[in-house]
Amino acid sequence: MTTVSASVHAGQVTSFRSVISEWKAVIGYAVIALVALVVFGLRTESGVSTSFAISRSVDALQVPTFSVPAQPVTLTLSVILFALTGYQAWAKLRGAAVGVWLPIAFGVTFMAALLTWAGAGRENTNVAVTGMLVSGVFLAVPLVFGSMAGTLCERSGVVNIAIEGQLLGGAFLAAVVASVTNNAYVGMLAAPIAGALVGALLALFAVRYWVDQIVVGVVLNVLVIGMTSFLFSTVLSDNTDLNQAGAQIGAQGGVVIQSLPIPLLSDIPILGPVLFDQNALVYIMYAIVIVFQIMLFKSRWGLRVRAVGEHPKAADTVGIKVNRTRVRNTILGGAIAGLGGAFFTVASGLAFSKEMTAGKGYIALAAMILGRWNPKGALLAALLFGFADALRIQLGVIGSAIPSQFLAMLPYLATIFAVAGLVGRSRPPAAENIPYKK
Amino acid sequence: MKLELRGITKKFGDFVANDKIDLTVEPGTVHALLGENGAGKSTLMNVLFGLYDADGGEILVDGEVVNFAGPGDAMRAGIGMVHQHFMLVHPFTVAENVMLGHEQLASNRLLDVEAARRRVLEISDRFGFNVDPDAVVEDLSVGAQQRVEIIKALSRDANVLILDEPTAVLTPQETDELLDIVGQLRDSGTSVVLITHKLREVQAVADTITVIRLGKVVGTALPTASQSELATMMVGRDVTMAVDKPKAKPGDVVLEVTSLTAMDENGLTTLDDVSLEVRAGEILAIAGVQGNGQTELAEAILGAVKATSGSVTLDGEEMLGRSIKSALNSGIGFVPEDRTVDGMVATFTIENNLVLDLIDQAPFSSHGNIDVEAIESNAQDKIAQFDVRTTSSKATAGSLSGGNQQKVVLARELSRELKLLIASQPTRGLDVGSIEFVHQQIVAERDKGVAVLIVSSELDEVVALADRIAVMYHGKIVGVVPPDTDRNTLGLMMAGAHEEEAA
Amino acid sequence: MSVAEAKTETPENEDRSDDARSFFRAVVESNGLVVFLAVVAALIVGALLVVVADKSVQDAAGYFFSRPTDMLSAAWTAVTDAYAAMFQGSIYNLQADSFSGAIKPLTNSLTFSAPLIFAGLGLGVGFRAGLFNIGAQGQVILGAILAGFVGFQFHLPLGIHLALAVIGAILGGALWGFIPGLLKATTGAHEVIVTIMLNYVGLYLLAWLLNLESFQAPGSDNPKSPPIDGSAQWPKLLGDNYGLHWGFIAALLAAWGVWWLMERSTWGFTFRAVGANPSAATNAGMNVKLTYVLVMVIAGTLAGLAGGTQVLGTEKALTTGIAGSIGFDAITVALLGRSRPAGIVAAGILFGGLRASGPTLQVQANLPIDIVLVIQSVIVLFIAAPPLVRFLFRLPSPRLVKEVTA
Repeated sequence: MTTVSASVHAGQVTSFRSVISEWKAVIGYAVIALVALVVFGLRTESGVSTSFAISRSVDALQVPTFSVPAQPVTLTLSVILFALTGYQAWAKLRGAAVGVWLPIAFGVTFMAALLTWAGAGRENTNVAVTGMLVSGVFLAVPLVFGSMAGTLCERSGVVNIAIEGQLLGGAFLAAVVASVTNNAYVGMLAAPIAGALVGALLALFAVRYWVDQIVVGVVLNVLVIGMTSFLFSTVLSDNTDLNQAGAQIGAQGGVVIQSLPIPLLSDIPILGPVLFDQNALVYIMYAIVIVFQIMLFKSRWGLRVRAVGEHPKAADTVGIKVNRTRVRNTILGGAIAGLGGAFFTVASGLAFSKEMTAGKGYIALAAMILGRWNPKGALLAALLFGFADALRIQLGVIGSAIPSQFLAMLPYLATIFAVAGLVGRSRPPAAENIPYKK
Repeated sequence: MKLELRGITKKFGDFVANDKIDLTVEPGTVHALLGENGAGKSTLMNVLFGLYDADGGEILVDGEVVNFAGPGDAMRAGIGMVHQHFMLVHPFTVAENVMLGHEQLASNRLLDVEAARRRVLEISDRFGFNVDPDAVVEDLSVGAQQRVEIIKALSRDANVLILDEPTAVLTPQETDELLDIVGQLRDSGTSVVLITHKLREVQAVADTITVIRLGKVVGTALPTASQSELATMMVGRDVTMAVDKPKAKPGDVVLEVTSLTAMDENGLTTLDDVSLEVRAGEILAIAGVQGNGQTELAEAILGAVKATSGSVTLDGEEMLGRSIKSALNSGIGFVPEDRTVDGMVATFTIENNLVLDLIDQAPFSSHGNIDVEAIESNAQDKIAQFDVRTTSSKATAGSLSGGNQQKVVLARELSRELKLLIASQPTRGLDVGSIEFVHQQIVAERDKGVAVLIVSSELDEVVALADRIAVMYHGKIVGVVPPDTDRNTLGLMMAGAHEEEAA
Repeated sequence: MSVAEAKTETPENEDRSDDARSFFRAVVESNGLVVFLAVVAALIVGALLVVVADKSVQDAAGYFFSRPTDMLSAAWTAVTDAYAAMFQGSIYNLQADSFSGAIKPLTNSLTFSAPLIFAGLGLGVGFRAGLFNIGAQGQVILGAILAGFVGFQFHLPLGIHLALAVIGAILGGALWGFIPGLLKATTGAHEVIVTIMLNYVGLYLLAWLLNLESFQAPGSDNPKSPPIDGSAQWPKLLGDNYGLHWGFIAALLAAWGVWWLMERSTWGFTFRAVGANPSAATNAGMNVKLTYVLVMVIAGTLAGLAGGTQVLGTEKALTTGIAGSIGFDAITVALLGRSRPAGIVAAGILFGGLRASGPTLQVQANLPIDIVLVIQSVIVLFIAAPPLVRFLFRLPSPRLVKEVTA
């Protein structure tokens, strides 16, 4: 009865809890800024420097590597973090909304401090900024596809835990088809079929037979892992020409997937290589995110899908076919995740190997939740996870005091914090995981 | 448009919900479909609306047989329906809800939200609804949501509008407004089918009345028929509205609520400085339109809702801050308003439901070890005592009819030594036989010296049961009045007027 | 309306288990046929995979239209070889010289089943309390970490050492169950998401620990701990010739304990009430939040014991792969066993057998163990959707369609 109580307007509660929850953004920022100050600022040796490489060797426009004195920079950056925290607090007091630039600026500053600290005093080692960002975007690709798939399914009321299986199925089929046709692009186009098939199974059991959607999702993942691993160890290892890496396909004169730099745009320092010197799959990803963001919130299809996911009976009473919508979305979502699976094999130039998705489907699920079931939000969350992964690799190269396993845990921990409401309450579609029965 | 139903039959398993029902709605009339809860009215309308497939019979629109595969077909044929439980998507705006299912597209192939807004405003202005097309539905009051539902139907050019129990959630004054709207609709040529079990409304607005009982049409009547004639047709025997009860002999104050204030999770006040007392051996009934804090009051006394300030004492002992467990143990019995959601575990056996709150006590368990036989024999006793109609005590509670479910809940709550019995909407959705039984049990409890607090949005029930009536509005007690206060006064108080202004 | 609906609602089996006999009946009765047919259907799917993978079938398929019988007989041979290998690898080895050698596969199956039973029991308790715990994997890992650490780090007398190591397993698992339970109770965080995430956190935690010198065998750089002391190992059940250890008996005892907990104790009654209808449970004075925490701690404890069995009984050292896929397999075990202890024991032994047949499958039929995953998941899918099984086998549908819940 929120409706009625909402009409009974009255004073706000000011309990301790609500103070915490209202100010948690500020508190969170302050804690992070403090960590930056203590760890990166004060614990960086004084007198040493950190060198950064902006350009990669392949870039047309070369920016020379440069060094900065480590401690002054980390200290300055820590101060900036505190300033941003202060701005957030000031805005909060005035009741003004803060733009999305603040968390981004905060994140970038923090990363800069971290990298400066990590690279401090390391001879002959550059912190490869652009390289790191490029690989961050690239590593985010399966997460973006997976989270789009999840968003699409869940917005219509079907929980898609099977993203992992859809990615893996897509990776498998892409590799096989590319090897058979000697054309990686054909393989990429085949990948959605495998994902859609898994999606169709999910829809069959969840929508037609009312099986708990989480159960089906988990079991389908096991099924796909079993199937692909079995076929990998039997058929694919008996006939190695069915599972070839990009290099082999290329060596036989086949078509491989290469990055397609967009003229002019790709020459912009940093942004160019990061965004506009990627392969076709990445460009398709941009298109899918933009199209879904618009379609979901501005189109007839999107309105109906969201209605089905929130209140299926209401949708039914205005003549919308609830279960048909769910089946379609689940299959479409599966196809999108399947396409994302192509990342692991053809788009990375690799052959298929057992369980090669290694839990990325679950991180995609996490990105969807962090992104609050919005394509835009999911994209940002996936990019965040992608950068965290790239950072892990980069720190491995520099040789850092932070164990790489802890960095690998980051996406999972971030998600736990998110669902625990520590970074804002997320509200899933109301009819999620409830079969619609007339 | 003329609408006819011929020989409609609908079965659920062996249960015949509609048995060869005939019904004709003439153009431009208000046709009341009158019947008890469970008589099959809603089922019939769901068949008509294409939500259920009929097992027999046919539907004719202007003399031609039609087949509705789904609500979409029904709407295209000009039938609109306002469901008892609103079919609104909560996070959507009014305009989005209204356009859903028949969206207009702008030139860029995306939604034409502007057109939907204009449509809402146009209809809203025509009937004086005062609905903001950009408001998010979950922020609207129940009455406003109902108007959105009506706009939704009218925006689809409905020629026949079905209203399913539309007044259940409205104040008497809002009810009158709605009945006015029904009149306006009729005058503008729209037929209205009004599904209800409230005789007053039927008499006020209907042109024709069809009465159904146990899934069958038992007759038609004109609005000039007397209330008792209609009631007898509806129930199948003479009914006395009044509950037979001796005069109350109030004893000491058992429950004392002082300045109780509570908020919901959004920080909005649900209880605003509520004070009242209930004495041993009397029934205090809380009247009010649903959603004015009655539910929260009952739950705050039990401890299910946390109060922010004030006090609740039972026999002088402070109850606030205690757990529900301790409230139950100190002698509070609680019958929640939605028994299937809050009162029982549908998948548990009747036996287990009868000991749901007693399982950790002797004789049902000792040292955490359950005594199955004690539970069985308790069930046998209670089933006999409360006349629960079931084949076995091991049947699930969910397999029982609403009346028998309520008997199970009541039997359980009354099996402890009570000081205070709180019952919310104790007879909602029950047939007349069960209503009488439940009322007798409540009065019997009062006569044993228990303080009784009833929450009911049915004014008839409040008047019949209460020794005193407290009226709630927007989280406040508007006044406490004797049970012989006239309906009009009570109605005005339910809309927030104080006793003096109302009388 | 509501009356009509109530009457057509499906009477759940849920609470027929209130009488003792149904403890044993729960698996067999009514669903027995569906379970059997689901297993048959899964074996058929498995057979199809075997046929697809078999080289001689592929060769014969090349001239299918000239001599179809060749392919069919090749397929028949491939399938019978595979299932014969599976039988010999999991139940009875026909080629063994002696009876004691011949039953070795069966004892292996039981060894494999012990952790599955433990973890499956934990998940079953959660499912019946309405908690979808996907986190057995992480709980198994944490249990294994602590049990293993106690096992190789300390050197204590017989008996005490094992007891302490088992307590370690319990604490590790319980901690990893406590976190999602607490978060659900205090913030409403959905346990599915939290437990999935904690699985990975646990995995990386283990990987990090095994990188530390203190967790590695002296003089070795491998991510493998020193061996568990003999005093902390589960003793062998049938002598040193067999791998079967007392962990299996402990799992059976745990099954009995869980049965008592869920069917005969007030705690279990509360768990089930909370699982079936939390708001009615609240109004009956039950503490729903505390229940969530307790259930997750119990689930974690049982999963932790699974990890303990692995490290203290079967593997005898802590490795990155110590948990294998026990946590995920246990989900299928709990689902197949319909969350009832007897069912879980049966399902655990079945899946343990499938697992145990892996090496024999590889050697005798040249098939990878992954086929077991396929069979396992297909069984569970079919069991979850009885109408599908009835449709596939053309069975008459019962009057009331049973809805499937976890």
